Amino acid sequence: MNDQTRVPRTLPRFSATFDPQTTSEIRRAAATGIYDIRGGGAKRKVPHFDDLLFLGASMSRYPLEGYREKCGTSVVLGARFARKPIELKIPVTIAGMSFGSLSAQAKEALGRGASAVGTSTTTGDGGMTQEERGHSSILVYQYLPSRYGMNPDDLRRADAIEVVVGQGAKPGGGGMLLGQKISKRVAAMRTLPEGIDQRSSCRHPDWTGPDDLEIKIEELREITDWEKPIYVKVGASRPYYDTALAVKAGADVIVLDGMQGGTAATQEVFIEHVGIPILAAIRPAVRALQDLGMHRKVQLIVSGGIRNGADVAKALALGADVASIGTAALIALGDNDPRFEAEYQALGTTAGAYDDWHEGRDPAGITTQDPELAKRLDPVAAGRRLANYLSVLTLEAQTIARACGKSHVHNLEPEDLVALTVEAAAMAGVPLAGTSWIPGSPVG
Amino acid sequence: MTTEAPAKTFDLATSSVRELNQFLHRVKEGANLPRWRVLNPRGVHAIAAGVDADVTIEIDGDVGYYCAGMNKQATVIVNGNAGLGLGENMMSGLIYVKGDVSQAAGATAHGGAIVIEGNASGRCGISMKGVDILVKGSIGPMSAFMAQAGTLTVFGDAGEALGDSIYEAKLYVRGSVKSLGADCIEKPMEDIHRAELYERLKLAGAAGEVDIGDFRRYGSARALYHFHVDNAGAY
Ligand SMILES: Cc1cc2nc3c(=O)[nH]c(=O)nc-3n(C[C@H](O)[C@H](O)[C@H](O)COP(=O)(O)O)c2cc1C
Repeated sequence: MNDQTRVPRTLPRFSATFDPQTTSEIRRAAATGIYDIRGGGAKRKVPHFDDLLFLGASMSRYPLEGYREKCGTSVVLGARFARKPIELKIPVTIAGMSFGSLSAQAKEALGRGASAVGTSTTTGDGGMTQEERGHSSILVYQYLPSRYGMNPDDLRRADAIEVVVGQGAKPGGGGMLLGQKISKRVAAMRTLPEGIDQRSSCRHPDWTGPDDLEIKIEELREITDWEKPIYVKVGASRPYYDTALAVKAGADVIVLDGMQGGTAATQEVFIEHVGIPILAAIRPAVRALQDLGMHRKVQLIVSGGIRNGADVAKALALGADVASIGTAALIALGDNDPRFEAEYQALGTTAGAYDDWHEGRDPAGITTQDPELAKRLDPVAAGRRLANYLSVLTLEAQTIARACGKSHVHNLEPEDLVALTVEAAAMAGVPLAGTSWIPGSPVG
Repeated sequence: MTTEAPAKTFDLATSSVRELNQFLHRVKEGANLPRWRVLNPRGVHAIAAGVDADVTIEIDGDVGYYCAGMNKQATVIVNGNAGLGLGENMMSGLIYVKGDVSQAAGATAHGGAIVIEGNASGRCGISMKGVDILVKGSIGPMSAFMAQAGTLTVFGDAGEALGDSIYEAKLYVRGSVKSLGADCIEKPMEDIHRAELYERLKLAGAAGEVDIGDFRRYGSARALYHFHVDNAGAY
């Protein structure tokens, strides 16, 4: 034996910059020549609600009795201009997800689950289906650049209208639905040939900028005789100014979607690199509302990575009125369930990581138009799971609110929060735990 | 034109567009198909938006944005010019404009017909989904962008990037086309197209006005219907 072979070797070391994920993407790009498209939201770690903590009650703040004292959760949306505002029983709603990206069964399940607990669902880039109108007691109708399936009858059938300017996963990007999911029914609803790769535009065809939007909103109000609340949805990027401009344009409700927010199909580079985390967006949006005297008059719905009642409570404490969920709702229905592990493996992935939603081969039958796969989702059972999950989110948010001594979840406030990291303290505008230090200077 | 009911008038100098639209929305089937005359529109927005009844609404003057937006069934006549988004997302009926129209005329409209005596600005027929648009003058740039279905007929010229990323809409232009957008090509004008064009002109009451033989036809090359790396430059 040679002495030299016994020289200790350092372990093979992966580069933090060129990690295995990165190098595998370089090889994929080199082999195909086209960017990666996937569903879901940003997967990398960004400052989030986990970086905040509630202080709870202490000598100077009195808690409410957990199961006895009332802690309200309802919220009225749209009272600014709409003749028929809507009331949600819980401060959580289901975000817009298109029929096309989701199966008809999944849309029905969302409607059933949300209705069971008194909250709303939202259509998406693909029009309104009978299933979701029928099963959603409160349905928000999205008004998107593509205007697929848009018609005045559905507009009037809706309970509220959401003008979509942007989405957190892709502020500045349009939609895409690849050929595998453009079934006969989806194609007919969108006035497109079957099986083509569909791109929807990123800008509205008949207005540009906030001054036009004001006139567009007036038109929508005229068509619906000023009945419906009108929301404006933006991806989180310049939340102070976007909120102020949406208020100026006449919105009843602002929907603010952070970069973690899910999408049906978008370029990976877009999902991971454009837009800001919801944690950083709420305070500037609230400040814009406060500066205009509109906080709690124009409601703020926030989304992007909301998972549990603590996230909901933190979003409300920062000044939002409602939290909205997409990805979590799909998981509650059964998306990425480990019981389909063998099938996820066959697709080259694993339960919990499956994000090729654009391919329409979802073993759980949710992000697909394949009738056989879609049949796997029982809308009644899935709706019940969603209702359970929404109840848990609400109970958890109430638990925290009571611990902070609040008789309504909307009484939570930034003063109930501290941050675990300097970044989160700066973004959320709350002190670093154990200090009175709020780093950074507010926008606007 | 014999048994026409007498027109009732609505004066926007003394009433609001809200009152006008609320009134028009209450006109339902079975009403004795009244004719409405709107005076003093003075560029007000959303005039006759969201009407869903077989009525005739004649507007004496210039209208603002989104006139007759989402129209169903109604015939809307504008004796003047029209602002942005004329007849946007129209479902059925007829819109007739004596003057010129601004951008995005007939945007995303699903059905019915729009006839414009004058010129139309840019993005005419953007994202159109089945409407038949006839412009007797010329149209501006980026017209028929992502146009999905229906016909756009132009007696005059078309601006830059006509039919960019077009789907299945059919474009007939008599004059020059400054340039074609991505995936839009000239296609042979055959008998069936001449017949279709004739039919459209006849419906618009313009059949004898031009020589069908002067038109050229444009539509989708369908090369961008599937993502492909070789087309990356076109997206
Ligand atoms: C499958 C899927 C489809 C979506 N489709 C739309 C859509 O059509 N329109 C839209 O505005 N947002 C769409 N979104 C975004 C959601 O409305 C919402 O902003 C986002 O999911 C919220 O973030 P979360 O997924 O982290 O809860 C979609 C999201 C998903 C997951």
